[in-house]
Amino acid sequence: MTSFFQNLGMSYEAAWFTATIAGILLIAFPLMLAVALIIYSERKLWAAFALRKGPNVVGPFGILQSFADGLKVFLQETIIPSASNRGLFLIAPIITFTVALMAWAVIPFADGVVLSNINVGLLYILAISSLGVYGVVIAGWASNSKYPFYSAMRAAAQMISYEVSIGFILICIVLWAGTFNVGGIVEAQRGHIFGFINAYAFNPLLFPIAVMFLISSMAETARAPFDLTEAESELVAGYQTEYSSMAFALFWLGEYANVLLMCALNAILFWGGYLPPVDWAPLYAVPGIIWFFAKILLMFFIFAWVKATVPRYRYDQLMRLGWKVFLPISLFWVFLVSGYLMFTGHFA
Amino acid sequence: MTTIAHLIKTFTLWEFVKAHWLTLQYFFKPKATINYPFEKNPLSPRFRGEHALRRYPNGEERCIACKLCEAVCPALAITIESEPREDGSRRTTRYDIDMTKCIYCGFCQEACPVDAIVEGPNLEFATETREELFYDKAKLLDNGAKWERAIAANLAADAPYR
Repeated sequence: MTSFFQNLGMSYEAAWFTATIAGILLIAFPLMLAVALIIYSERKLWAAFALRKGPNVVGPFGILQSFADGLKVFLQETIIPSASNRGLFLIAPIITFTVALMAWAVIPFADGVVLSNINVGLLYILAISSLGVYGVVIAGWASNSKYPFYSAMRAAAQMISYEVSIGFILICIVLWAGTFNVGGIVEAQRGHIFGFINAYAFNPLLFPIAVMFLISSMAETARAPFDLTEAESELVAGYQTEYSSMAFALFWLGEYANVLLMCALNAILFWGGYLPPVDWAPLYAVPGIIWFFAKILLMFFIFAWVKATVPRYRYDQLMRLGWKVFLPISLFWVFLVSGYLMFTGHFA
Repeated sequence: MTTIAHLIKTFTLWEFVKAHWLTLQYFFKPKATINYPFEKNPLSPRFRGEHALRRYPNGEERCIACKLCEAVCPALAITIESEPREDGSRRTTRYDIDMTKCIYCGFCQEACPVDAIVEGPNLEFATETREELFYDKAKLLDNGAKWERAIAANLAADAPYR
């Protein structure tokens, strides 16, 4: 894209700057649109699992429901509790929202279509998703109210616990792919099984950690069985309790952008990202971005499916699963995968 | 042996897989939702909805101001005042129902010797103000005029069981 702007007669610096800004807008705006539609589709999915119809009044099949909700929220009054820390209270949703968007910078949408192709993309994603917890903790602290505070404590502990096992799972993937570059990991999956199936998830040694990563990513985004940070029967609405209007909407958008990010990560790390499922020439006629979106949507269906099926964990069960089950297993799997790769001479 | 079976079940997430298979079956079932303002569920002839005061086919009010409904009303929602009309017959001058007090028990309908006060099939009478729910005689007679056909049909349908 930089060369395109250079051809328009800009200097290299100006062209690079314009191209980057254009790239950011090209990712951020469709992402916002996708979040609105994904919220709608999730409500439809839950409704279907519960034998209901879901939103079907606003627009054809109710597809404009999220936009109607957004407009409603936008027109509401922003209430800032008098006991809150005003500055932190307002900056918390901005952190959540920004961080949720930032990680998308290294996601490859198709072969070479990535905003910044940095060689330690996976580390960048890990770092950014760790930052995400700051938004929640600051929101809970700045609200100066007991339930948001409990929620913030829970969120901090939960996200850190599951990030540990996610880190080990990522190490297994990095060992096998031999690169930290996200696009490189996708390319490493080309013809991974029997030379024609493009996915790590069908590798018997990697399938268990694919499942573990799926579960951990649900915990990481504080969803369905692990949504203890906003357990409405215990904590009202968790860290969002004191928020209203656009600040609330930013949390909402950030949360779903994070969910989409985790779906995308699942698709990239284990299901071949933008590659078609089978390494067969006619399938490459379909653009990679279509395959990538199809995989994201499939992962999202699983997320919604789990949320519609499983009841919420108790907090000690959550911690037990994180520290006493996932951590030892993922640690053992790092050992197993690296041992296998050593013995088969993968490292040459 | 059971420990091993339990371990296998735990590590294959067997119960979760089973639960998800079950919900997936529900996913493809026909929906139970009624598209409410456009589709409605059938109502029993005995349905106790909004009240109405009926008239005879010749236009004469049925209510004879016996005040049985006022007496039986457990919520004290009905207020009646009466005096003789010019032709000597006793009629109500005031027949008020406070719909915010009414518990829709249907005792007034059962107590009425002349089928004057009835609870019709209408259930969509929500209002924007509380005052609109203090029904007076004019409003009740108006309801009777509006819903007479449905009410008469319901009463006829339920008559064999009374």
